[in-house]
Amino acid sequence: MLSSPYVTAQNSVSLIMLKVAFALLPAIVIYAWLYGPAIIISLCIATVTALVMEALAMTLRQRSVQTALWDGSALITAWLFALSIPSIAPWWLTVTGLFFAIIVAKHLYGGLGNNVFNPAMVGYAVLIVSFPVPMTHWAAPLSLAGEPLGWSAAAHYIFSNHLPDGWTLDAITSATPLDTLRTQLKLHHTVAKIEQLPIFGHLGGRANEMVVGAYLLGGLYLLKERIITWHIPVALLGSLALISGVFWLINPSEYASPWFHIATGGSLLGAFFIATDPVTAATTPRGKLIYAAGIGLLIYLIRMFGAYPDGVAFGVLLMNIAVPLIDAWTQPPPYGHKEVRA
Amino acid sequence: MNETSDKQKISTGQYSNAPNQSVFQGVLYTFHGGVHPEEHKKASSGRPIMPVFIPTEIIVSVQQHIGEAGRPCVAVGDHVDTGQIIAQADGYMSVAAHAPTSGTVTAIAPHPVPHPSGLPGLCIHIQPDGKNTWMARTPTDYHNTHPSTLRNLLRDMGVAGLGGAVFPTFIKLNPGKIKKVPTLLLNGGECEPWITCDDAIMREHAEGILQGAAVMRHLLQSNRVLVGIEDNKPEAIAAMSAATSQVDFPVEIVSIPTLYPSGGAKQMIKIITGKEVPSGGRSTDVGVAIFNVGTSLAVHRAINHGEPLISRVVTVTGNVGLPHNREVLIGTPINELLALAGGHPEPVTGSLMGGPMMGFELADTAAPVVKATNCILVKSGRLFPAPPPAMECIRCTRCADACPADLQPQELYWFSKSKHFDKAQQYSLFDCIECGCCSYVCPSHIPLVNYYRYAKSEISTLKSAERAANLARERFESRTARLERDQRERAERLAQKSAIKPTPDTDAAATIQAALARTQAQADEPKV
Ligand code: SF4
Ligand code: SF4
Repeated sequence: MLSSPYVTAQNSVSLIMLKVAFALLPAIVIYAWLYGPAIIISLCIATVTALVMEALAMTLRQRSVQTALWDGSALITAWLFALSIPSIAPWWLTVTGLFFAIIVAKHLYGGLGNNVFNPAMVGYAVLIVSFPVPMTHWAAPLSLAGEPLGWSAAAHYIFSNHLPDGWTLDAITSATPLDTLRTQLKLHHTVAKIEQLPIFGHLGGRANEMVVGAYLLGGLYLLKERIITWHIPVALLGSLALISGVFWLINPSEYASPWFHIATGGSLLGAFFIATDPVTAATTPRGKLIYAAGIGLLIYLIRMFGAYPDGVAFGVLLMNIAVPLIDAWTQPPPYGHKEVRA
Repeated sequence: MNETSDKQKISTGQYSNAPNQSVFQGVLYTFHGGVHPEEHKKASSGRPIMPVFIPTEIIVSVQQHIGEAGRPCVAVGDHVDTGQIIAQADGYMSVAAHAPTSGTVTAIAPHPVPHPSGLPGLCIHIQPDGKNTWMARTPTDYHNTHPSTLRNLLRDMGVAGLGGAVFPTFIKLNPGKIKKVPTLLLNGGECEPWITCDDAIMREHAEGILQGAAVMRHLLQSNRVLVGIEDNKPEAIAAMSAATSQVDFPVEIVSIPTLYPSGGAKQMIKIITGKEVPSGGRSTDVGVAIFNVGTSLAVHRAINHGEPLISRVVTVTGNVGLPHNREVLIGTPINELLALAGGHPEPVTGSLMGGPMMGFELADTAAPVVKATNCILVKSGRLFPAPPPAMECIRCTRCADACPADLQPQELYWFSKSKHFDKAQQYSLFDCIECGCCSYVCPSHIPLVNYYRYAKSEISTLKSAERAANLARERFESRTARLERDQRERAERLAQKSAIKPTPDTDAAATIQAALARTQAQADEPKV
């Protein structure tokens, strides 16, 4: 016989995940509008793959497939993963990445709630290490692309890895702002000069900064709906701004501004959607601050001094390791223990 | 907080009949967490308290309160008058039980009692004679009675906390070494959904509640009296405020924001004083004594009317045709009480004693009303749907955000589930007040409190097993020591005897040696 309480609030994991998905929609719409429909195709592949793998894993583990599919967690993993890799990534890249995300990072660790590492970021990390080349083929914004990458061309490329006759990869892709900055800096150009290049916009990357703005919008919605608390986004973006600000103040011609770092790459997606994954993030209020500040710092260090184009995935994964320690250290004093512990 | 009794007298003079004496002048604090479950209080709060009735049978459990059960002091066949003691306080932490109406004792035997365990308990069964002849009732002039006499009187009047914990009231009214408790706080929070019995008595017996407070204030030497009431009970607040002009000491009526569990003693103290009762400590550690408003009314009746605690107001609500509050004799079978509630509009899926957040399922409605019975809540599938199946914890920390004890329920869940009981204790499992906020908000619908209850009882079992083992070891060790001592003494006596014999010294030494060796050999035998 179950004991009290006999009532529960109207809430469920599915509802939380649905709201997260909803919060991603504006960004997806803008993404498709500015970069072409490839991202829609890629999201569909990722969704189907993730759900099939989730079902497979649950069947093998002899658990209820239905609850797992309906909890929505695989869907969110799929979407965050698809939004983190190039939209024109060939289908097998998506499948491989999601295999590591869902099967290895999630279910081999015991399934939802028990995984130590953020599944989407594990998928991303495996791909960037194993298949670095296709991972740099980012679709160019339609306004800069040589050829308009429509539904059929995108689908053709994603599924067969071939472009229509006469098209070149260069015509439809471009380096990301972060990559451009990195390579141009190596050529001893100043930041100010680099930011004149067409791929840059007002704050971050052209077109990209619109998508990033939509992530911010979605993030604010998550805050309003109390799906996430302010701690992680504020600490992550704050520490990223702080460290990049220090370098920028010291030498603005070699180091990009804090707002550039916030508005490019995966900073905002990471701050509001990825680092906030409840399962793999720190749980105490102070712990969340430390965890997220660590990620912000790592993002910057990896971007500036590491070998990889962006630091979000590795920043998150590295801090995931530290979560148990951080949580243990930052236990808030319970009621009636304040004087003793403070 | 350091006002002397002089100040008290002055303020008494100033305050009496002053129109604004009920206005609380301080700041309110907040406690961490809390939830807003649907209130459902309107269902039962609209009607006046219904009058007491005499059931066909009265079944008084001798274990009404926390602590040692009462000891029956009547025999089968005895006639008892209303208010007569039928079970005496036994041990320090115990209060008496009384015949709620006159009649004949028909049995002293186990019967289902309302307890989470569902186990039967010893009860005194009375066949009412319907005459309700009272024993002599003598009011007590508490101003001119020694405090310890007053406390003993309250014990023999069976007064125990009516807010749910049923702690013997006389113990809490003993300020002990500290001599006085500066703040007397009456708890009219009543934050549990559905329950309105305290609301009802505050509306209808406001003055009695404050008269009870006068007695308690006298015993505790308090210089400040406050009543905390959730702001969803405006009628109760108005009635209590009006009643403050009827007493000759200042009373502050504090309207606190409605937020479950603000009626929890520790939370109420935090809201009103900003202080936290130290873990493992008592409210008096922060200078506060806190009593439920119903307890205060019971004190008033016991002292000023000479009436022991034989009835209380119970909310009967939920899936019933006529949700209401009623004055109910302790010992009334719950099914007889339910029979007066206008039937059940929907199929009944069980009944709870208490509210939906902290109450428990009644195994048998033949169980009688006890002093702790504040509410009988009848369930239906619509009002209380079965919770969706539990899923894994996603560590979303909604539970931690809701926990009024500032705990990390998700960690406690993990440790309880994996039986890491030492870790669970390290994370302050025993500071959990089982309020249910965590389970209430959990999106994975994990019955978290179930796990904590399980872990707590496992730990207690382990502890008592450990205590038993320690005791056994001590007993064993002392027995071994005694045996060894006996053997040594025997050996020495033997040695002395041989020493008396006119034998050469060497022989004596050899005898002693041999005796000692035997003793040693015996002592070395494996102990079983
Ligand atoms: S609310 Fe439930 S799912 Fe969320 S952390 Fe607490 S126990 Fe886990
Ligand atoms: S039941 Fe215990 S752990 Fe849960 S919210 Fe209440 S005090 Fe906290």
